[in-house]
Amino acid sequence: MTANARTPLFTLKSHLVAACATAALLIAAGGAEAADLNALIWCDHSDPALLEPFEKANNVKVNVKEFEGTGAGLAIVEQSQPGDWDVMVIDSIDVPRGVEKGLFEPLPEDKLPFADLFPEVKMDKSTIVDGKRYGITEKFGYNTIGFNKTKVDPADMQSLASLTSDKYKGKVAIYDYYLPVIGMAALAIGKKTADLTEADLPALKAELLKMKANAKLVGEVTASQTALATGEVDILVGGGEWVTAGLAKENPALDFSIPKEGAVLWSQSLAMFKDSKNKDMALKFIQYILSPEGQARLATSSCYWGMPSNTKAALTDEQKKILRFDEQPGFLARAQAYPAPNADLDKKMQDMWTEMLQAQ
Amino acid sequence: MASAGNNPRALPWALVTPALAWTCAFFVLPFIAMGLSSLTAHEGGGFTLANYSQFFTDPSYWRAMVNSVEVTAIVTVISILLAYPFAWILAEMVPERWQRLALMLAVLPFWTSYVVRSYSWLLVLAQNGVINRALTGIGLIGEPLQLANTRLATVTGFVHFFVMLLTLTIFANLKQLSPSYRKAAADLGAGPVRTFLHVVLPLTLPGIMVGAFLTFVLCIGDYITPQILGGNNELVMPQLVMMQIGRRGDFPLASALSIILMAVVTIAYLACARWLKIERA
Repeated sequence: MTANARTPLFTLKSHLVAACATAALLIAAGGAEAADLNALIWCDHSDPALLEPFEKANNVKVNVKEFEGTGAGLAIVEQSQPGDWDVMVIDSIDVPRGVEKGLFEPLPEDKLPFADLFPEVKMDKSTIVDGKRYGITEKFGYNTIGFNKTKVDPADMQSLASLTSDKYKGKVAIYDYYLPVIGMAALAIGKKTADLTEADLPALKAELLKMKANAKLVGEVTASQTALATGEVDILVGGGEWVTAGLAKENPALDFSIPKEGAVLWSQSLAMFKDSKNKDMALKFIQYILSPEGQARLATSSCYWGMPSNTKAALTDEQKKILRFDEQPGFLARAQAYPAPNADLDKKMQDMWTEMLQAQ
Repeated sequence: MASAGNNPRALPWALVTPALAWTCAFFVLPFIAMGLSSLTAHEGGGFTLANYSQFFTDPSYWRAMVNSVEVTAIVTVISILLAYPFAWILAEMVPERWQRLALMLAVLPFWTSYVVRSYSWLLVLAQNGVINRALTGIGLIGEPLQLANTRLATVTGFVHFFVMLLTLTIFANLKQLSPSYRKAAADLGAGPVRTFLHVVLPLTLPGIMVGAFLTFVLCIGDYITPQILGGNNELVMPQLVMMQIGRRGDFPLASALSIILMAVVTIAYLACARWLKIERA
């Protein structure tokens, strides 16, 4: 704890926050029993088709709490009592944030199917800290270009330059998450996402403003998906397989491309809490999610589709076709990781994003 | 300690204590926590005013407040202009026996989820939506209008949500107005228009202002409608607050922005209370 953190102001604030958080947790947890498994998850894990087989097989109730964004998830953890949560879904690049806070338990590599994962999505730089593995990638995909192939020239979608061309002015939606779209802007100007520094911000901002000038809206998942599905826009910047795969049955005209400049690889991991009171069951849960059956159910979750990280996922041929399973080696070769800025650069990037949103 | 039964002065305190405890637990303490949080740094936790200075020095943050106030003001004014005649018709022209049914129909939209209604509006206003199809169908326009993902869409959604709220408060006020006032005005030679402008309208102003204030508070604190219908093409304050929390978990900055938003609401309340004497309504 720092000297600043011991000030009376901080102490009083901490006590008040803890009191409020405890009350909130009591309501949120709804009296979950210790034998239950408490999971902090993204919406794809709340699908009964995914959870029920595990619950029946292990005679356990999985209590889930959804969150959006690592910051919000870590805030829930900080405001909980140690041991309240057993497992957490987290952006692979954010695993070190949880490790720095002393939240996670190292995972037993020999009990998890690491050998079966796509090598590119193991994300060892993020999921291994000080030689110990704290996260395992369970699902991945690309922030790239989603489009309606009957409304645009698919050949144009092979280049990020098309996103700022007059040809598609007013036909574009931008996915509202600053990091991947900034990553795409970096690819468009020939930068590697891993090398971004503060010096790159002016050029990135100029590219983002050009994208915004072409865009009709900047929307979160549902809004941008709706815009593409209803024909409000023909192109979604930052969207990808999770948009088009989910809507494939209703609208087979929707597709995505990995342009020649590349795409941004998103990857979500599972981590186990150090203070979990039910580590055996937590490990069983992680093993289930990483099993071929669990992977197939997670990949095709009703909330959103995405590629399973396990190459042996028990998907049907039709599901594999929609996910473009066979093309993954080529996609992965062209994909770059999420930008992983430090706290200062992250703040500057978010402020730049705010400026872009406000630009007319 | 004397029991409330023995001490008549203790009884009011005993009765009010649960409400006070509730207010302390769910408003005062969280508010203090938020205030203290707003004065700390995101990294390290030390005392700082940087969260407030960012709002006043960063034009995009300031712009969010301007957007919020502009949208809220427009929504409030339009809602009043639509709600008053509607409330008037309900109170004065609909027979008593039908008023209950009419009121039930008026609140029917509240039975539907707020988010669903927003997305419904998005479908109505979309390029291929009902309005554009109708206008192009009858040949009034050649190309679809840009209705969705604009401030117009945000205002439309908000007005739909709040006009009924205002209607109900104004309706209640109109029903409480004794017919004697209008009879007296007529006896003194005032026509219907003059009676309305000089008697009815001033006497129903408290109802209008209560409804307007509720609209103001709910509208300026909402981020769902601007998010869905506005297309994120201009940020409002609640969206800015949410952005700080999502990935970065910057609760101090989010707290500072929330405190500033609450300050604006407080100013709006004081303005209403001082000029229109809501407290006497």
